[in-house]
Amino acid sequence: MVIVQNIVCPICGCACDDIEATVEGNKIVKVKNSCSISASKFLNFWKERNLSSLIRKNGELAPTSLEEAVEKTAEILVNAEYPLVYGFALSGCEAQAVGVELAEEIGGVIDNQTVTCHGPSALGLHDVGMPGCTLGEVRHRADLIVYWGSNFQEAHPRHLARYSALSEGRFRKGRKDRKVVVIDVRKTPSARVADLFIPIAPGQDYELMSALRMALNNDEIEEESVAGLPVDKIEELAEMLRSCQFGILFYGLGLTMSRGKERNIDQAVSLVCDLNKWTKFVIMPMRGHYNVTGMNEVTAWQTGYPYAVDFSHGYPWYNPGETTSIDILRRGECDAALIVASDPLAHFPKEVGQNLCKIPFAVIDPHMSMTALAADVVMPCAFTGIEAEGSAYRMDTVPLPLKKVIESPPGILSDEELVGMILKRVKSKRRR
Amino acid sequence: MKALLLTGRSLKQGIGKEVGKVTEKYKESVAMCEIHPKDVEELGIKDGENVSITTKFGSVVVKSVSSQNIAEPGIIFIPYGPYASMLVDYDTCSTGMPTLKGIVAEVKPAPSERILDVKELVKYLGR
Ligand code: SF4
Repeated sequence: MVIVQNIVCPICGCACDDIEATVEGNKIVKVKNSCSISASKFLNFWKERNLSSLIRKNGELAPTSLEEAVEKTAEILVNAEYPLVYGFALSGCEAQAVGVELAEEIGGVIDNQTVTCHGPSALGLHDVGMPGCTLGEVRHRADLIVYWGSNFQEAHPRHLARYSALSEGRFRKGRKDRKVVVIDVRKTPSARVADLFIPIAPGQDYELMSALRMALNNDEIEEESVAGLPVDKIEELAEMLRSCQFGILFYGLGLTMSRGKERNIDQAVSLVCDLNKWTKFVIMPMRGHYNVTGMNEVTAWQTGYPYAVDFSHGYPWYNPGETTSIDILRRGECDAALIVASDPLAHFPKEVGQNLCKIPFAVIDPHMSMTALAADVVMPCAFTGIEAEGSAYRMDTVPLPLKKVIESPPGILSDEELVGMILKRVKSKRRR
Repeated sequence: MKALLLTGRSLKQGIGKEVGKVTEKYKESVAMCEIHPKDVEELGIKDGENVSITTKFGSVVVKSVSSQNIAEPGIIFIPYGPYASMLVDYDTCSTGMPTLKGIVAEVKPAPSERILDVKELVKYLGR
């Protein structure tokens, strides 16, 4: 029996780095410090697993050799005019870097799950910047914590305990030293742990943030209520925000996915900038997958842009709305795809999924998924952070090392190795 | 009944996806729709009975779950996943981001209709 300590949890953007696993004969039998999602992964990931490469023959997926799967994937990508390489939010940075190189080699588009989560945050950041900090600073200093459009208790279950209200910091010792405000359209489990829950009308976040800015700047709000909140309550909230010593606005997909999208983020950042006239206030997106931030970092340091990068011109070209995977697929422009550690068929709107089903595509994923079931080629890979090492960026862009806790099953390679094999095959085919 | 559809994460969906995306546990966690208790009454259904949800973009049958998480009547919630994706707006308005929250939907009782599994949804998408 071996106890492996300080494992970085490869699930959500919290990337908690204190997981402890008890390993018996290459099997994780117990985990400590994990939340229920994390425990579910560490104790169940090996069940329901596909351990064979698959290839579509006569309309059905059938077992094949890894060599044939790699060969077929390379053939699909080399024969395409405008291929898409998508995913990597659940991969290590090392695999992500190979993915970017592959997209450049085939003159395709490299995109990731940012497109259906915090893409608007990137656009907002391009417009107005983003005053941020690390989660360590929040833990040590924050006395006011606002969660806007984020159901952290279900999506990031340990966020409150490790990084915000319940954490023990240098200057703030715990829950009694901090106030928590939750602003949401649903009374989620997160709303129930707040000191103040503000329910708002769906799709009216922009209006409420504008009203808050007006209240802060002593402008008259010529309405009785905004987004369902009476004006006197808006003024009280504005006062609460500006009278803290160190405030943070954590925001989730409630802002990025609703009406307003990147304009909501512009407005949220502007609200935080306004607050800095009175106090110290920062803002941070609640990133979902554990290394979606890493994919933005890796893509940005290799191409200059965080996602949706198009190499079809021979150089990196970035124009969300044009080069984003959702738009490319919806317009039917993309003619092949490689999907890595991602399940776009389950998460893209139906029309987009239908178009993906019309083109040849390959999937690299440790699990079978809806996307893998529809693929032409499936290559199972090791679970990064459990069976393969790597690096990941936490939601506050702090990089952390991912551990190999146990060996992967015989013949199961990491996604980094698999994408590398495809890249090698693509290069040799293109040089013929 | 008319309603505004929200999609998002749930703890069960988080746990279910880690067990496996083609497992019954995952299906149970995502093939469901949280409805305000008053709306459940208005629909004349029993909590847990199947409902069909239709938007401008598609239609799907899921299980109803009467939920206090819904702040007010007229709002429904389906966790991210294959079922919610059948109903959301593909138009990104040139931002790259589809609209996944705040979609007008019609909810109807569908006690005798079946919830498709992930394999059937793949067929429905064209494979
Ligand atoms: S909060 Fe997120 S990173 Fe932390 S243990 Fe839970 S799933 Fe893992």
